Amino acid sequence: MAQPATTAPLETYLTHLARGELAFQRTPDGTPVFFPRLVAPRSGETDLQWHVSAGLGTVYSATTIHPKGEPSYNVSLIDMDEGFRLMSRVEGVDPHAVRIGMRVQVRIASDKDGTPLPLFDAIPQQQASS
Amino acid sequence: MTAMKRGGAAVVGVAESDLGIVGPHMTPVDLMAQATVRALDECGLALGDIDAVFAASAQVRFGPMMLAEYLGLNPRFLDGTQIGGSSFMSHLAHAVAAIELGLCEVALIAYGSTQRSVSRSAASPTDINPYETPFRPMMPASAYALAAARHMYQFGTTREQLADVAVAARQWALLNPVAWEKEPLTREQVLSSRMVSDPLTVRDCCLVLDGGGAMIVTSAARARDCGKRPIHVLGTGEAIGHGSISNMSDLTTTAAAISGPRAFTAAGVGPGDVDVALLYDAFTITPILFLEDLGFCAKGEGGAFVQDGGIAPNGRLAVNTNGGGLSYCHPGMYGLLAMIECVRQLRGECGARQIGRHDIAVAHGNGGVLSSQCTAIFGTPATL
Repeated sequence: MAQPATTAPLETYLTHLARGELAFQRTPDGTPVFFPRLVAPRSGETDLQWHVSAGLGTVYSATTIHPKGEPSYNVSLIDMDEGFRLMSRVEGVDPHAVRIGMRVQVRIASDKDGTPLPLFDAIPQQQASS
Repeated sequence: MTAMKRGGAAVVGVAESDLGIVGPHMTPVDLMAQATVRALDECGLALGDIDAVFAASAQVRFGPMMLAEYLGLNPRFLDGTQIGGSSFMSHLAHAVAAIELGLCEVALIAYGSTQRSVSRSAASPTDINPYETPFRPMMPASAYALAAARHMYQFGTTREQLADVAVAARQWALLNPVAWEKEPLTREQVLSSRMVSDPLTVRDCCLVLDGGGAMIVTSAARARDCGKRPIHVLGTGEAIGHGSISNMSDLTTTAAAISGPRAFTAAGVGPGDVDVALLYDAFTITPILFLEDLGFCAKGEGGAFVQDGGIAPNGRLAVNTNGGGLSYCHPGMYGLLAMIECVRQLRGECGARQIGRHDIAVAHGNGGVLSSQCTAIFGTPATL
């Protein structure tokens, strides 16, 4: 069977997730890129390099979603220390307790269908300040 | 580069289709066609005069094609730009340019949606984004909620100020006979209504209704012979900030900060010259963002601007005088209805909600999740 000429960026991303890693890209000058792409925005460079995040970030914004008849849950935008942003959920705390500016750490969990998913846990404050 | 001639094109006909609930067997193109003949009626033009078709609907993949088929048109210029609720300001910008270049003479811009009758999920299937969808954001509300939460964090904007946007929209809607909402709304009612995506309650979210509209645009020269007072397009501006909310670099500043100055520069006027502003109110946070980004107030001061009736009737600025997407009608892509209200206000046709001085109007459209931003500035013949 013929193989695709190019590996899809999403496939590489998911492969990293399956290994327990949150991956992102950098352009040759080090600029972080997320979501993963074949072509760097603005510069058009195609030699993007993959990196694995250390997994630490800060909540940039947060909302608590209230579905009818279901438990409420958090959805946040997380600014990673490496300089990229992604959407995720902060779990393990009451969704209303998730605050902008809160320090969080990634945990690769599984979605209902088994797909690996990067979720976040709040970092206890004394640990965050150390 | 040649700049477009200021006011070189004018709106000569506008109309809504039936609004509200049109029933499950009405199609979006039925509504486009219905609005088209109503818009033609008020300017004395006929279907045969139309030589350019601009159309978009979340339910119709090939808008201009389906509308041309329905109406039996043979347009020489077509544009089906689909960038959400701001599509129609974009259509207008392109129509003005095409008229100016002689590529067409009479442009039809049309919209139709039956999302209320067929259900919103059937009308606009959510795009799957592998970097967002698995986290189950309630789109589009959660995207706007994230922006609102950040605005509150950075500038101290309050839920009461958000609520006052909904209250003002309702006050205007009560003056508009075709507005969906007919009962007064208080700040307390907004604050105590069901939370959807914190900090936005169901009353911070736009209506989900059927509806459509049409606009006829032609050259300023030809507009003089049409039935109504021509309303000139003084300037337009388009900008795209991002596609998905996780790629919006600063959640408190939209690309309206780019489209607005483009439009104002082209029009040769500033925010202080504007008599009425139709600022896309998909959610209560959006008029606050657009007041700031378009320059009606400084960044971070939008909450104070709208507080305590700031944009209600007799407030500091007439905003969303039709009652907006929050209380008049929101069929999913509301931009054309906002422009129709601008034209009617400038003609002086708005009855109980008619503003006093009415020379210059702004319609600002928003598409996606604060993604596409398009601004159109209209003026009466006196402003040329």
